[in-house]
Amino acid sequence: MGVSEPVAATSARDVPAVEVVDLVMRYGSTTAVDGLSLTVEPGTVTAILGPNGAGKTTTIETCEGFRSPHGGSVRVLGLDPVADGHLLRPRVGVMLQSGGAWSGARSYEMLRHIASLHAHPLDVDALIERLGMGSYGTTPYRRLSGGQQQRLSLAMAVVGRPELLFLDEPTAGLDPAARRSTWELIAELRSSGVTTVLTTHFMDEAEALSDQVHIVDAGRVIASGTPQSLASSGSKNTLRFTARPGLDVEDLMLALPHDTKVDEITPGAYVVAGAVDPQLLALLATWCAAQGVLTESLLVERQTLEDRFLELTGKALR
Amino acid sequence: MTSPTTLDLSPRPGSASRAAMLKAQTAMELRLQTRNGEQVLLTMIIPLVLLVLGARASQIVDLGPGRTIDIVTPGILALAVLSTSFTSLAIATGFERRYGIIKRLGASPLPRWGLLFGKIGAVVIVEVVQLAVLSGVGLLMGWEPHGGLTALGQMVLLVVLGTAAFGSLGLLIAGTLRAEATLAVANLVYVLLLVGGGLLVPLSRYPEAARHVLELLPSGALGQGLRDTFTGDGPTAFTTVVLLIWAVCASLMVSRTFKWE
Repeated sequence: MGVSEPVAATSARDVPAVEVVDLVMRYGSTTAVDGLSLTVEPGTVTAILGPNGAGKTTTIETCEGFRSPHGGSVRVLGLDPVADGHLLRPRVGVMLQSGGAWSGARSYEMLRHIASLHAHPLDVDALIERLGMGSYGTTPYRRLSGGQQQRLSLAMAVVGRPELLFLDEPTAGLDPAARRSTWELIAELRSSGVTTVLTTHFMDEAEALSDQVHIVDAGRVIASGTPQSLASSGSKNTLRFTARPGLDVEDLMLALPHDTKVDEITPGAYVVAGAVDPQLLALLATWCAAQGVLTESLLVERQTLEDRFLELTGKALR
Repeated sequence: MTSPTTLDLSPRPGSASRAAMLKAQTAMELRLQTRNGEQVLLTMIIPLVLLVLGARASQIVDLGPGRTIDIVTPGILALAVLSTSFTSLAIATGFERRYGIIKRLGASPLPRWGLLFGKIGAVVIVEVVQLAVLSGVGLLMGWEPHGGLTALGQMVLLVVLGTAAFGSLGLLIAGTLRAEATLAVANLVYVLLLVGGGLLVPLSRYPEAARHVLELLPSGALGQGLRDTFTGDGPTAFTTVVLLIWAVCASLMVSRTFKWE
């Protein structure tokens, strides 16, 4: 083992952490995943975002090696999750969406057990303290609240010091404080070099945590990108400003990128519609300066990922 | 507010050694089993109560020629094997599937053989304790086993075969049915075999038609085999072969059908 580890670490940098190509998964006559493709770069946090039933869990569990693809292919750290499962399991941390502990096992005992299956686990006491689990360390699993079970499940995923983490809805059922601390842990794991793939139906979670977001609906990826690029690529970005009435909007439009539209909706109130980015703001400011116009208020109405999701799928997330 | 403990989260993956994983898994299974009241009732209390009551069974049932305690004790040992390797294992495994424990462990470095051998290890340890305690109580109550070390060896062989047969049947049920159905079936089979499976009452006391069926069941073969063992005659080849066939067929079936999720 000691000899093979450095080799594994170098090779991990050359291949995508996860590569899913045209994945198809069916349950009976239902197609849960329908030609889904995505790539996860090492060292990043990737969110798979979508409503219930979109195929998120099926996709992630196929990456975890729980089932074989019915179509397409899945590679994790360059390996086949089913055939090479024994090589992958020590390197990959998994947080299931629910369950995963004996009802009579105490939190501490359960975490210690998972730790004992790994070669270089995190210090269990330190992890318990870090996640604020001390108050229920000796409580049997069946008496834990949903949020406490989620924390234990997260702890079990990270305790083996994996290089890749799959977290299936890591913050479902958490109160805001616990949610925030889960976010902090994921950010810290990222800066320690751990690659994370998480599923969520919380927009703010995807926006706050991830380098890359894949929006999934009906078993397919319908949009991918950074949270910023996804949000701003929609059609609803606007910029509102007020200035003296009667500005020459035709001239302003000439100064701005050609697909930008400017309207004076009421005297002195202007709306700029288009790809609102820093360049646009700079061009607007330059034009105003040249005209001797002082903008009295300026408001960027950036579309959120949530708006974008609604626009892409025609439905709300939850 | 305490400052968060610093943890080195940088990747350092690796499996524990096979021996360490197997030890951890067996110890965990064993701890959970002994903590569970129903399991202790099933594996220790019920056989003990039946042993004590059974010593007076001749007043109710005619167990045939011989001292009652010499007939009852080997049957109780067979019952103990059934309770641990079949009922207890099936119920525990059924709920492990239901609560995603097998899935969770399936995502850990613990290989499937590790999970299986952890279970076998825990079952064997519980059986050793059961057999020691129940034989001890039997001896205190006047049980006189014959056959010396040979009988001990024959008992080990029969218990191993019986455990393999019942254990595989238990896993077969746990791997096929839902947890609640597994619970019901495992308990029902336990009660049926306890009452009429040839475990406690010698096969010679059953009507002939029933006897021909019972001697082909693993319960009848194990019960009769152990009774024959401690009379000093040793189990018949027929009994041993019946157990062997059950053990081989059931373990082959479970290895083909068991679903780990």
